[in-house]
Amino acid sequence: MTETFTYLCIGCPLGCRLEVDEAEGDIVEVRGFSCRLGKEFAVQEHTDPRRLVTTTVGVDGARWPRLPVKTTGTVPKALVREVCRALAHVRVRAPVRLGDVVIADVLGTGVDVVATRDLPTTS
Amino acid sequence: MIDASPRMLYERYDVVVAGAGPAGLGAAVAARQAGAERVLVVDREAEAGGILQQCIHAGFGLHHFGVELTGPEYAQRVLTEALDGGVDVLTDAFVLDIAHDRRVRLLTGEHGVATVASGATVLAMGARERTRGAVRIPGERPAGVLTAGLAQRLVNLHGLLPGRRVAILGSGDIGLIMARRLTLEGVEVVGVFELQAHPNGLSRNIVHCLHDFDIPLHLSTTVVDVHGRERVTGVTVAPVDDDLRPQAHRAWEVPCDTMLVSIGLIPENELSRQLRLRLDPVTGGPVVTSTMETSRDGVFACGNVVHIHDLVDFVSEEAALAGGHAGRFATGWQPPHDNVRLQPATNVAYCVPHTVTTERDHTVYLRVRRPLERSVLRLSTPDGRVVHERKLRYVVPAEMVNLRLRASLLEGFHGDALLVEVLPR
Amino acid sequence: MAALHDVAIVGGGVVGCAIAHQLGRYRLRVVLLERHVEVGFGTSKANSGIIHGGHQASPATLKGRLEWEGNQQWGPLCDELGFGFRRVGGLTVALSDDDLPVLDHLEANAAAKGVPGVERWDRARLLAAEPNLSPDVVAAVRSATTAVVNPYEACFGLAESAAHQGVKVRTGSPVLAMATDGDAWTLTTPQGPVAARFVVNAAGVAAGRVAELAGLDRLVVHARKGEEYLLDKRLEGLVRHVVYPCPSATSKGTLVIPTYDGTIMIGPTADEVDDPDDLTTTASGAERVLAAARRLVPGISERDVIAEFAGVRAVLAGEDFLIGPTEAPGFLHAAGIQSPGLTAAPAIARLVADHLRDAGLLLEEGERPSPLPRPLRFATLTADEQEQAAAADPGHRRIVCRCELVTEGEVVEAIDRGARTLDGLKFRTRAGMGRCQGGFCTTRCMELLSRHAGLAPTEITKRGPGSWVVCEREAPT
Repeated sequence: MTETFTYLCIGCPLGCRLEVDEAEGDIVEVRGFSCRLGKEFAVQEHTDPRRLVTTTVGVDGARWPRLPVKTTGTVPKALVREVCRALAHVRVRAPVRLGDVVIADVLGTGVDVVATRDLPTTS
Repeated sequence: MIDASPRMLYERYDVVVAGAGPAGLGAAVAARQAGAERVLVVDREAEAGGILQQCIHAGFGLHHFGVELTGPEYAQRVLTEALDGGVDVLTDAFVLDIAHDRRVRLLTGEHGVATVASGATVLAMGARERTRGAVRIPGERPAGVLTAGLAQRLVNLHGLLPGRRVAILGSGDIGLIMARRLTLEGVEVVGVFELQAHPNGLSRNIVHCLHDFDIPLHLSTTVVDVHGRERVTGVTVAPVDDDLRPQAHRAWEVPCDTMLVSIGLIPENELSRQLRLRLDPVTGGPVVTSTMETSRDGVFACGNVVHIHDLVDFVSEEAALAGGHAGRFATGWQPPHDNVRLQPATNVAYCVPHTVTTERDHTVYLRVRRPLERSVLRLSTPDGRVVHERKLRYVVPAEMVNLRLRASLLEGFHGDALLVEVLPR
Repeated sequence: MAALHDVAIVGGGVVGCAIAHQLGRYRLRVVLLERHVEVGFGTSKANSGIIHGGHQASPATLKGRLEWEGNQQWGPLCDELGFGFRRVGGLTVALSDDDLPVLDHLEANAAAKGVPGVERWDRARLLAAEPNLSPDVVAAVRSATTAVVNPYEACFGLAESAAHQGVKVRTGSPVLAMATDGDAWTLTTPQGPVAARFVVNAAGVAAGRVAELAGLDRLVVHARKGEEYLLDKRLEGLVRHVVYPCPSATSKGTLVIPTYDGTIMIGPTADEVDDPDDLTTTASGAERVLAAARRLVPGISERDVIAEFAGVRAVLAGEDFLIGPTEAPGFLHAAGIQSPGLTAAPAIARLVADHLRDAGLLLEEGERPSPLPRPLRFATLTADEQEQAAAADPGHRRIVCRCELVTEGEVVEAIDRGARTLDGLKFRTRAGMGRCQGGFCTTRCMELLSRHAGLAPTEITKRGPGSWVVCEREAPT
């Protein structure tokens, strides 16, 4: 039983409509790409779609009440919402430096969540 | 570090830059590198970095820094470059006006009203968002109608949500980014409604912000009514015909408590108008030469104030060009004047810069009017002689095209205008 | 037992505020009750802001008599209270020979009422003065006395002056019930009961409901909606006079108006609506307004429209004002105030004072405190004045609204004068009225409301209960 999955390629403005045929858990065929990158993107998106996560956490003692953070690498797409849930109630205290680790190895992904800016303490 | 303010304000600077976003900071760094001694950047916000501070998502810097960064990271890098490079950055300072002799009158939180003279001025005021009023949606005027950018500021800087059930008008990038952002904050995004038959934002955002979260994108659809007396209770949407006219009989109701408007950016050119600079009605920004100089000597411009960019990386490129020439202007150097006018022709909405010289290399930025698969970018003389051609894969209005125009290409060219076209192959 | 006032004014639109200001002169205990979160936030803020010349309404009507009287009182009132007033002049334009009898009629009105400066202009003179008018114009009647004000600025100015003179101004105070024991009225409001010997019904589109609460015979107030459209600021100067078409029996028609701030406004429509709170603008309204405006000024295009809003007029059968005592002792109407209501407002206030005196209220002039200064408007100061203002007050060193050049100090002053909502700030300072429509100043205004009015962000509203602006983050599910 072959099932076909479609993806929109984001490699260039062409936006090729990629199709991946899967049978019994294996990729049988990839169609629709106009370049090698498109084919690679299709395979990646199909087998292991991954995303960078950016959000904010609470911060006390700074000019803003929110600190922007990011994951230091991609996480499985299916975990994105859970990562945000894990960060929803996190609060840190100023001063913060860009790169400070807010949560290490979030949800066991091997990826840290770090601050993406400095936030000094405000008097 | 973000808060560095000069302890004193001089009466004269070699270069004064209006706006401390990536455009202004980049120009300031380049001005210093070009030999300007005293360079001042002013910004009306409490901190530098411009709009990047609220753009907490990634996708910036791949071209300029060779690494993918979030907005705040990009901002911090350019600000550090500026401060390390000896640029004075004054925040909490508003430019009241710039006189024709380039004296800049400021309202500063620290010093009250202050006037500084400048050898050269760089305009880098960025853009504002198009509002609901500009597209005239009838209905009531409840709370809960706001631009996507304001929503972004509320969520990312203040930790406040604009509502709990959101409809987004327009598929501009800011709206797409907010569709994702709000979803991750637990808000229900009921859909994105786009007037045109094609999305307005980068396809990367269509995938990462809409497809990833199963948020429907309704093309050729627009909002025809907003309901709710004190607070939005819903909107009426309708498909549009080929002339973009709503088909009322096919309208349907979308219950929601918030409508975000993401229908484009407008270069913020009040100071340019005050200075009576020549403006391009298509871009909404000043007409600029290949040194990013405006129609007034010694006044340069770069970034979103000239034309709306998709990627901040190209803003930084443009800023380096403008700042470098501003610095040279301030120290007395005169570049050769542009001798060729670039004329947007078939399927080209605009080109920036508006003129070039045959004596230097240039990067020309342009946008097409209509999408084309398999196209060719052609430069030709008005009487039809082709000067240069380049194949393009696929072009859409939402993604700017960069043309690297080398002086060698124009060797032997003696005309004063070049038509710039994007044609089907 | 609630303290007994002499007069309770129900309704804080321009009529109620003018009455409050008038009564503030006397040694009286007066309270003004306005249901919205700010005075003027009913019909008045949607008013076109025109002080009509005085020659348009028939002298056979009450509104016609008060129109000219009111016009004459606006100038001195604006001097006294310091808000903007500009005599731009008005032109009623005939687009065909069929319209000419209307012009004759206007001239006759002017003569009957003694309105000066009303004269007939021929086509040549008309087009020389207003080159953007349609070449189809035949003639016009020009009135020198027509002027423009900001209607909400007028309401704030009148109400603040009244408060300064001891009148209690209560916003967010709808009247929920009323009872009388023959000597005094008790009005029930969400903030508690209010007792007063006299009640003036200046409740606009709600005047019928207020009359009902007072147990009076049915007062049928019709709601007639008017949509207005604002044009891009770069069209400032398109016309210099207020331009009227020849009027119909029920409406002055669609005008082209150079508002006090310089923005050109076109409108209003005049559509009967069932719901007195129907403030929707409509596609059909826009079409009609644009078509009508273009008949007067062909250069106006749909692309020029940047904002739109609507207001609802209170109209009585007979189309005239109803001002004076009723069968209920101590209860007076100031109802059915449609156009020229803004123009007539100061005269209405004096007429109401006269009626109160006739009904037995002693009007004794009190001491006049020194006038309350109008708030500073940084944007209109000269460069030197701006420098001085910033040197003297740190509040004027920071800009909150970039588009309209409003300083933090102006916003704080507005909060001190009672603004508690974003629209309250907007209509007092203009913050949020400019090109970006609040895109950049909204968060700054919210921060200032938090800091100076003690409001949590989720408590901040656009214009009162129900119009919340933000909600708290919750844990995403």
